[in-house]
Amino acid sequence: MRERLWIGAGLALFVILVTYPVWHALQAHSSTKGPNLVFPAREKECVAPTSFMKTSHMKLLVDWRESVVRNDRHTYVAFNGKTYDMSLTGTCLRCHDKRQFCDRCHTYAGIETPFCWDCHVDPSLAQRSVP
Amino acid sequence: MKITRKEFLRLAAAGWVVVSGRHLLALLDSPDKGSTAEGTAASPRKRWGMVIDTKKCRKDEGCTSCEEACDKAHNIPAFKNPAHEIEWIWREPFRKVFSADQTPYMEESLLDLPTLVLCNHCDNPPCVRVCPTGATWKREEDGVVMMDWHRCIGCRYCMAACPYGSRSFNWEDPRPAIRELNPGFPTRTKGVVEKCTFCTERLAKGQAPACVEACPEKSMTFGDLINPLSEVRQILGSRYVLRRKPELGTGPNVYYLI
Amino acid sequence: MFMFEKAAHGSTGYWAWVGTLVLTLAAGFLTYLHQLNYGLGVTGMSRNVTWGLYIGQFTFLVGVAASAVMVVLPYYLHNHKEFARMTILGEFLAISAVTMCVLFIFVDMGQPARVLNIIRYPRPNSMMFWDMISLTGYWVLNVVITLVTLHSQQTETAPPAWIKFVIVLSIPWAISIHTVTAFLYSGLPGRSFWLTAILAPRFLASAFASGPALLILLCLLVRKVTGYDVGKAALRGLAMIVTYAMLVNVFFVFMEFFTAFYSQIPTLTEHFENMYLGVAGEASPLLVWGRASLLLMAVAVLMLLVPRIRTNDTFLAAACILTFLSLWIDKGLCLVVCGFTPSPLGTMTRYMPTLPEAVITLAVWAAGALMVTVFYKIALSVMVEKVRITVPHYGVTREARVETA
Repeated sequence: MRERLWIGAGLALFVILVTYPVWHALQAHSSTKGPNLVFPAREKECVAPTSFMKTSHMKLLVDWRESVVRNDRHTYVAFNGKTYDMSLTGTCLRCHDKRQFCDRCHTYAGIETPFCWDCHVDPSLAQRSVP
Repeated sequence: MKITRKEFLRLAAAGWVVVSGRHLLALLDSPDKGSTAEGTAASPRKRWGMVIDTKKCRKDEGCTSCEEACDKAHNIPAFKNPAHEIEWIWREPFRKVFSADQTPYMEESLLDLPTLVLCNHCDNPPCVRVCPTGATWKREEDGVVMMDWHRCIGCRYCMAACPYGSRSFNWEDPRPAIRELNPGFPTRTKGVVEKCTFCTERLAKGQAPACVEACPEKSMTFGDLINPLSEVRQILGSRYVLRRKPELGTGPNVYYLI
Repeated sequence: MFMFEKAAHGSTGYWAWVGTLVLTLAAGFLTYLHQLNYGLGVTGMSRNVTWGLYIGQFTFLVGVAASAVMVVLPYYLHNHKEFARMTILGEFLAISAVTMCVLFIFVDMGQPARVLNIIRYPRPNSMMFWDMISLTGYWVLNVVITLVTLHSQQTETAPPAWIKFVIVLSIPWAISIHTVTAFLYSGLPGRSFWLTAILAPRFLASAFASGPALLILLCLLVRKVTGYDVGKAALRGLAMIVTYAMLVNVFFVFMEFFTAFYSQIPTLTEHFENMYLGVAGEASPLLVWGRASLLLMAVAVLMLLVPRIRTNDTFLAAACILTFLSLWIDKGLCLVVCGFTPSPLGTMTRYMPTLPEAVITLAVWAAGALMVTVFYKIALSVMVEKVRITVPHYGVTREARVETA
């Protein structure tokens, strides 16, 4: 008889935990409208085709990281023959606004981008005075 | 087909071992690609070294130009708590830097003289030997002992191994303590070890390290120790220089003119 | 197969103990979350003293884990039958100790999420790589040994022939885990306190004193709580081992003192001066701990040397506590801090563990204690069951609940 209490409590806890994504999303008033991305004003071409960047920009960044940090190779020859400096802050963020582009998709998809921005500096931060 | 539970589990385990084994092998690091030991014709192998002329440095004993240049170039935080301090290049009294090279009856002022200390980018670095992940390594092409802050697990074994105390650890998030954020260089995050990297980002552009350029007295000479015609080699060949704790076999590449 | 259900039945006292351990674990876990959030700055470590309580505890516990060999070797290699009822307890202690070691390393790491980098990017140059290999291997060996031997005891069948090979392998492996841990320290050119060939032998000697001392205490406790008696001969044999190991340990300490103070080389003497003699003007906590460790060591050795004391269970327990404490202070704290003091630039930095550091440390110990509790409960259920079947009235002063399924 006493076990029913434990079973019931356990079941209730399980239901709450397993439906967490549902009621958390409800409470967050999130919508199904996609992220509102702001594209760079001047440059129309990225270092790689947009379709590639959509699927594999993280792979590109990791390849750049390995190349620059571990192999001291800084120059990237893009698909269109142009050369770029392999730098997240120096190249990517020169065109893209982190808050209005990068963050918007990441937040929508629920990606925390674990540690990139812990170290790599968003250029717009430097313009504000740091206490 | 009848199969016992034991047999099924054995087959499943064997299959899992094979599949994950292949994945694990693929994950294993391939050796760091880079230029060969001989270098290429375009960029022959170098060995970067530095000579610090303490006589020129001591002209203005309150000068901190090199430290400030490094702090600014690399977003080095200034913590109030000295236990958490992070230094890539800084000054210590001569008596501490060259404790084995003091002589009795030495000039007192010389003993207290602020002497620049930084990573020595040793030929035989114990920090590289002990790093369990290869987050710090000695570059073949130019001898710089480099840091990979993406890979460092923060075990601080390298800090125990360094005989010079050149390394610092991020005991907390450094960003709040950074005076002037420089977007041209990443900050580091809590939990990783850092040290002077001879400004590899500047070396890649053919520039000298920030501290060398910032010194108003030009007391630091930076150059290629392999090239016999370099300025550093001229100095080393003509005058007696000291290195820190050479008896340990580390082969430091920072020399001091006293 | 794992028989964990045997640990799910117990007296009120048992559940009170388990509850305390779980609460301590919870407190430690929450504190660890705080440490993850803020950084390792919540501890007392600093730029000059970069390893502290966590790594010290890890170093000490590797020794406790290795000490299982002091029971396994006589019993399995030399047929010393007196240790028969004790070996499984020693092996379970080893598993718990190795787990605590791994936990201490984990909580000490600045970027724990990246810990697998040691496997992804192996660097055989690094002693830490070999430490990981030897600790993992030792853990696996002991898990296999305890599983198989306990299972065969429960089913009253002979263990498979291959287990003998595994057990014999665990003997040199035990020596290796603590040697490799010593190598972490003794190969560093800049740390003159650790740069000594006698460090590994010292580690082993103190391991073989502190580990068996703890095992004796656990056996006495187990006898008090459950009535399971490993036997007078086993306790006396182990006490002899502790005595000899302590004597060797004290001898090694004297060896270190002599080399430092007869050679008069400042880079050697300064560490011993910091830890035992005191440097003028410096009232460091290290001095208090160092002296306490020496004092406790001296008293423990003197007690152990007297047969009447060593063979009396109460006095033996006291001597074992002193032994354990003195070596815990020496290896778990002094060794690490003293190696960093003075720093390479001659700075004397004080180290004092902070409250969060202490809570996390306590929680890891609670995790180990919980493992020992659960394992011993399982082992004793099997052993006592067996004893009840063959000799109904031997040594059972309290009813152990027996699984009838």
